[in-house]
Amino acid sequence: MMNYLIILAGAMMIIAAVFAVEAKKILDAVIAMSVVSLVSVFLFIAMRAPDVAITEASVGAGLVTAVFLVSLFKMKGGDEQ
Amino acid sequence: MRRFYAILIAAALVYMLISFISTVPSYGKADLKERVSDAFLSKSVNAQNAKAWLEGKAIHRQPAKEIYGKKVKEEGSANVVTSIVVNYRSFDTLGEVTVLFTAALGVSLILGGSRRKQYGREANFVLKTSTGILVPLIIMFGAYIFVHGHLTPGGGFPGGTIIAMASLLLYLSDEKFFLSKASTGALEGSMGGTYVIIGLLGLAIGGYFLYNFLPNGVVGNLVSAGIVPLVYVAIGLKVGAELSGLVTDLHSEKEG
Repeated sequence: MMNYLIILAGAMMIIAAVFAVEAKKILDAVIAMSVVSLVSVFLFIAMRAPDVAITEASVGAGLVTAVFLVSLFKMKGGDEQ
Repeated sequence: MRRFYAILIAAALVYMLISFISTVPSYGKADLKERVSDAFLSKSVNAQNAKAWLEGKAIHRQPAKEIYGKKVKEEGSANVVTSIVVNYRSFDTLGEVTVLFTAALGVSLILGGSRRKQYGREANFVLKTSTGILVPLIIMFGAYIFVHGHLTPGGGFPGGTIIAMASLLLYLSDEKFFLSKASTGALEGSMGGTYVIIGLLGLAIGGYFLYNFLPNGVVGNLVSAGIVPLVYVAIGLKVGAELSGLVTDLHSEKEG
């Protein structure tokens, strides 16, 4: 059961990472990167590393995504869709 | 078709969240003998059959040490990661804090300004109302994470980041909200200075920089582990102020 879940999580991470590279719009790439971070949080929990999981959830999935989004909208001159 | 994929991905994420969280043992019920790190912590890795251990086969182990409520001579923190990060390798953490400070300084030099950037759009009613409810809770959760850094997983860096997320939420919901550079800078500088002063006190009292000069206390109490809670409170406030300043820099523009 656990192995199956970890394989599922790893497959989702790979799919999201490939999507982040291949996406046409930068916004989609940023969202896919945050999905990679989010799924890696689950993997860290499964590997009993809660310290790393908390840091990854707050920094990787939260702040980095926010900084990327804000700087993306700054690049476009403040107009977002 | 797109909606179908979206529902599929969301369902997979929720399923994984529930199933992974349910594998975590409930509070205080963790079986320390099952942990790989137990062999390292009891410092008896060589005494065991390393090959069978790596293959995951059942091996004879020492019973796990019961540490809660006991006085441990060497380091008094219940969370092992904290005792490494803030006790044995505290100088590395000071360097890490310096790296984060340098990064925030670079962002501030490039993007910083003295005025709030106006986007000219009003925030959603739902966002405004929920911000008022959520911001105190988020700040309290961040403070809990860094105050209890020596007892539970977490510590100064994630706690500070969570506090910075609260200020980001305030920036998103209110067009006029602006943290002055003076307030975040003063908090950040004083807390960074506190960390160095604690280290210098250790140098004066114990003979080593960042020496743990306070008594260790009982493992599991809030006031235990010597200087570790003080250092983590300093780091948490410093990182929180620093990243709030970074969010401020992202939402500000130069005069004229």
